[in-house]
Amino acid sequence: MVSVSVENIKKSYNKTRALRGVSFEVSQGELFGIIGADGAGKSTIFRILTTLILPDSGRAAVEGYDVVSEYVKIREIVGYMPGRFSLYQDLSVEENLKFFATLFNTSVNENYDMIKDIYSYLKPFKSRKAGALSGGMKQKLALCCALIHRPKVLFLDEPTTGVDPVSRKDFWAMLKRLKEEGIAILVSTPYMDEAALCDRIALIDGGMFLRTDTPENIVKNFRREIISVSSSDMHSLLKDLRTIDQAQNCYSFGETHHVIFSEGVNYCDLSQIADYLSQRGHNDIEIKRIEPTIEDCYMLLEGGRHLNKYDK
Amino acid sequence: MINRDNIVIRTDQLTKSFGDFTAVDHISFSVEKGEIFGFLGANGAGKTTAMRMLCGLSKPTSGEGFVAGYNIRTQARQIRKNIGYMSQKFSLYEDLKVWENIRLFGGIYGLKEDAIREKTEVLLDKLGMTQQRERLVKTLPLGWKQKLAFSVAIFHEPKIVFLDEPTGGVDPTARREFWEMIYDTADKGITVFVTTHYMDEAEYCDRVSIMVDGRIDALDTPRRLKQTFKAESMDSVFTALAETSTRQSE
Repeated sequence: MVSVSVENIKKSYNKTRALRGVSFEVSQGELFGIIGADGAGKSTIFRILTTLILPDSGRAAVEGYDVVSEYVKIREIVGYMPGRFSLYQDLSVEENLKFFATLFNTSVNENYDMIKDIYSYLKPFKSRKAGALSGGMKQKLALCCALIHRPKVLFLDEPTTGVDPVSRKDFWAMLKRLKEEGIAILVSTPYMDEAALCDRIALIDGGMFLRTDTPENIVKNFRREIISVSSSDMHSLLKDLRTIDQAQNCYSFGETHHVIFSEGVNYCDLSQIADYLSQRGHNDIEIKRIEPTIEDCYMLLEGGRHLNKYDK
Repeated sequence: MINRDNIVIRTDQLTKSFGDFTAVDHISFSVEKGEIFGFLGANGAGKTTAMRMLCGLSKPTSGEGFVAGYNIRTQARQIRKNIGYMSQKFSLYEDLKVWENIRLFGGIYGLKEDAIREKTEVLLDKLGMTQQRERLVKTLPLGWKQKLAFSVAIFHEPKIVFLDEPTGGVDPTARREFWEMIYDTADKGITVFVTTHYMDEAEYCDRVSIMVDGRIDALDTPRRLKQTFKAESMDSVFTALAETSTRQSE
């Protein structure tokens, strides 16, 4: 069953074209990720679907309700966690939760099963003011408040930004459980490891979707030669790799650097590259042919494009 | 090996308590000139509290610390002159233009009018933002803001720059550009003290410390940490340590 459908949505703020025609569908029980740079248009999509702003053109519906004419219905059935912490800082954990439950004509007790797992982390601090919570706790409270009225669709705009790796893993485990209850989840994230945990993802840039597919298919369609390289001097190595002919993208990737070759390079000669690098004074050179990750796909599709956007 | 003459940050049993809660629990470590030092830990492990003490913004409950040769307890003013600071939460004035921010911070750090003017041109050119000089900072994309904020934090050529989650929420391309700026800064001999939640960025540091419940439970090069913890990645090292935490919140 389709939960969210978006058809050719456009939106401009004055002269800035935030969305240039975006279309997609999300099914019930699907975890859909929107991946892109800051300013690519992610939050605009969330604001339109949660009926906070109107699209300039195009159509969008949530659970069959139109975002323009039936916005009141939509507000009853969606949960929204905006990018910035949006709870009442001066209310306690418990008070925030009660407040949001009351807004939606329900009570914490009535829907406690929805939030039980997450709230168990917060319970010891239930009388602490929300403003005094740590980053990971704030995010858990925000999620509880977005869930307390048992929404059919959940919109999470960069829920894990600024959150440590362990809390991020906890958070994604929670999303998986919610998804199994049939809730459709739209999530945006700058973390590429999280993109791989979505059922489908859309890579967005400049207000347009570059690609929408399962993470597996996005990786499968990479179709470029990609290698990882390391040496004893990683900083100068990056500069030297960029001088290689047909090396289209070179970038650091954890403990190694990755090189994506131009189209048409099928099977590059690794020993030749090793020779070239040792001529340039590198020691302990290690080169491997690798499988791309989602992050490599992102770097290829989007990488470098937005960097020049502001030079015009 | 650590060269004693080159040490720019040194702490000895540095501790900060709030009531009966020990936020930073007897940490001892040192950082060398020009080093990129990653200061990791889960939310609430005590990183921010420790960093505030090193910047001279908060007094230790016990223990000692020296930054750029000055005592954090008694010479906070000299420390603040010799360091740069940038955080994700606060860095620039959103309602000022690009050049106005540079002018303001140059003035705060005590640079002369002429020097500011000259350095502003060099800076804008290097960032490729000459065309953006009249833009309000709030209209810049996040990745650009972060790069500008970093440049402003090192505008007065401090001995050490403290970066508190500088790349939070920034996309993969912009994050890498930011790290190339960090490398260039370290090459100039400026020590970079950085916190991050991106474990690939931990790999880019010369050395990394990991805080758990106010203590530094690990400190070494990323390579050696992975060997010690028999882990594939820094992410696994971090997870292994963070899971030993008994603290429930900060």
